[in-house]
Amino acid sequence: MSFPWANEYKPSNAFMRYMDEKLPLPRFVYNAVGAGYPVPRNLNYFWNFGVLAGMALMIQIVTGIVLAMHYGADSGIAFASVEHIMRDVNSGWFLRYAHQNGASMFFIVVYIHIFRGLFYGSYKPPREMVWHLGLVIFLLMMATAFMGYVLPWGQMSFWGAKVITGLFGAIPLVGEPIQTWLLGGFAPDNAALNRFFSLHFLLPFVILGVIILHIWALHIPGSSNPTGVEVKSEQDTVPFHPYYTAKDGVGVALFFLLFAVILFFAPNFLGEPDNYIPANPLATPANIVPEWYFWPFYAILRAFTVDFLFIPAKLLGVLAMFASILLLFFLPWLDTSAVRSGHYRPMFRKFFWFGLIPTIVILGYCGGSHATDGIVLISQIASAYYFAHFLIILPIISRVETTKPLPTSITEAVLGNTPANATLQPAE
Amino acid sequence: MIRIGAFLVGLFFSGWLLVSAAMGAFAFVTAPAAPTAEHEFHKPAKSVDFSFDGPAGKFDRAQLQRGMQIFKEVCSACHSLKYVSFRDFKDLGYSEGQVKTIAATWPAETPSINPDTGEAATRKPIPADKIPSPYPNDVAARAANNNAVPPDLSLMTKARHGGSAYVYSLLTGYQAPPAELKEKFPASMPGATTHYNPYFANLNLAMAAPLTTDGQVTYGEGAPKPTVDQMAKDVTAFLTWTAEPKLENRKRAGTAAVIFLLIFLGLCVGAYKNVWADKKKAHA
Repeated sequence: MSFPWANEYKPSNAFMRYMDEKLPLPRFVYNAVGAGYPVPRNLNYFWNFGVLAGMALMIQIVTGIVLAMHYGADSGIAFASVEHIMRDVNSGWFLRYAHQNGASMFFIVVYIHIFRGLFYGSYKPPREMVWHLGLVIFLLMMATAFMGYVLPWGQMSFWGAKVITGLFGAIPLVGEPIQTWLLGGFAPDNAALNRFFSLHFLLPFVILGVIILHIWALHIPGSSNPTGVEVKSEQDTVPFHPYYTAKDGVGVALFFLLFAVILFFAPNFLGEPDNYIPANPLATPANIVPEWYFWPFYAILRAFTVDFLFIPAKLLGVLAMFASILLLFFLPWLDTSAVRSGHYRPMFRKFFWFGLIPTIVILGYCGGSHATDGIVLISQIASAYYFAHFLIILPIISRVETTKPLPTSITEAVLGNTPANATLQPAE
Repeated sequence: MIRIGAFLVGLFFSGWLLVSAAMGAFAFVTAPAAPTAEHEFHKPAKSVDFSFDGPAGKFDRAQLQRGMQIFKEVCSACHSLKYVSFRDFKDLGYSEGQVKTIAATWPAETPSINPDTGEAATRKPIPADKIPSPYPNDVAARAANNNAVPPDLSLMTKARHGGSAYVYSLLTGYQAPPAELKEKFPASMPGATTHYNPYFANLNLAMAAPLTTDGQVTYGEGAPKPTVDQMAKDVTAFLTWTAEPKLENRKRAGTAAVIFLLIFLGLCVGAYKNVWADKKKAHA
């Protein structure tokens, strides 16, 4: 892995020499995120979001472990134990709001990270495995976030759990037994709450493991870059540390600023008021909505209103919702264009900015709104575009599009192919 | 193969969605959904200013005390406040002795056990107790209120869209149902045990107007005149405190955090420029 010109780790003292011989952990870190990892010199700020996502996970793990010390996973006391944290635990309000809004921050940075990958073609060879592992992380995150939202045992917790596990009930023949088995009962209750808590504690560590694989797989070809042109010479790269640790520092500071503004000044802005009402199986909320990061998928789920032959609309919605994520696994084969970066793909670029992005925003809006006839109509058209974009339009574009000429190297893209620069080209 | 399969799946999902949309649009045009009374008569919360609004907002202690008085004399007849303890009232500016008195004179008593017989009993609350509910259980609450349980108010200002403004609007929003409502939606007129209030989600609620006349509660010296509007504001402020007792700590910590992070951001930008200085020039 890595490039032949990568800096080599040199232990600086006797202790580090001893460590390097017995357990080369410092060498491992040096090669992974230190000066031993050469990175393209032209990365823009969109390349900060991987590090930010890792940091968001660490915030969730640390705040989550402390919250778990005070939380009671029992349907009789869960709601009151969260209020106990908010009122009587020292800085409990801070931990709880940090964890609650930290989940939103995690999804914000991961969504930007994913759209970065979509625009710059990060899913293309040789980085397909990085993309696939990333999608596994995304699926695990969604499961973890969903189960975490159930834990406070408010109205949305309860009804959200009921609706989402109800999706499995749409599977023909075995659906209802599966739903009962997943919940440990016929409706969400103590058994469901306990297993959700157990899994909500476990999955972040699974995510951590898959992140290690994600980074490992990334380090084999090395990071991509905004031009999509592969690294050709040492001139094209800089060592990760200090260059990108410094650049990531700026991103980290901005991340924490946004986080602090939400956490301290609008901690309930992203939440649903109904979750401050204790779970009541006998009172259905007027509008059951998931957290904002699930809205686009929720809109796709609700967009199917008409049965297709013998397939009920509900099952179609469930299939489409899962398909909307699973289709991303096939992207390396759907987008066959040899050019990676959207910068050099005029058609791709138009469909990305004027097709995909507005569609996701519209789906998000529809998913968070009360499902009136108008909203359902809009989500049907937007969902239709979503599937067409990835499954029909993208494969066609990648065949018919005339791409713009690529720079011959990353260095040329950064400094321009000036005569002064030309003298820097290695001699033939 | 993958592309052919994907094309077919895409065609199916997109095609069927467009068919569904066309059918929906057709139904929308031919048989539009009937307008509902809620859609036409429900009003969004009034806009109202509180001392705790904004990033530097703080509670007005005197207002919280007046709000507590209203809760104690009016609301607590039916509503519980079960996540709040009497000891928390020290945050409202009461001394330890005053908190003890408030607890001891509270209209409801704390459930306990008769130490001699082991039978269920009640005793006077002490500062360590949570605010006792006016009813021993939900069945009793239901029986006493035409089958509607008065909700716990601890978190009310966080549990409704519109928050504090909603609670204030509801308290001041009781009125006679408009004539149009009777004409267009006779089924949405208030019944014998419900009361019209356009700020309530389905327009009619079981609770009768709790604050009806100016001077219903007697405020201490130096306090504003206890008009219905003033009382509604005061009790709303109190309920905002019960829902978010750490609001001031939160905003104070937030101000410090943002100032710190701005300095941190400056340092990070400086470090970044410094580290990259040689790479940004044409070439060193």
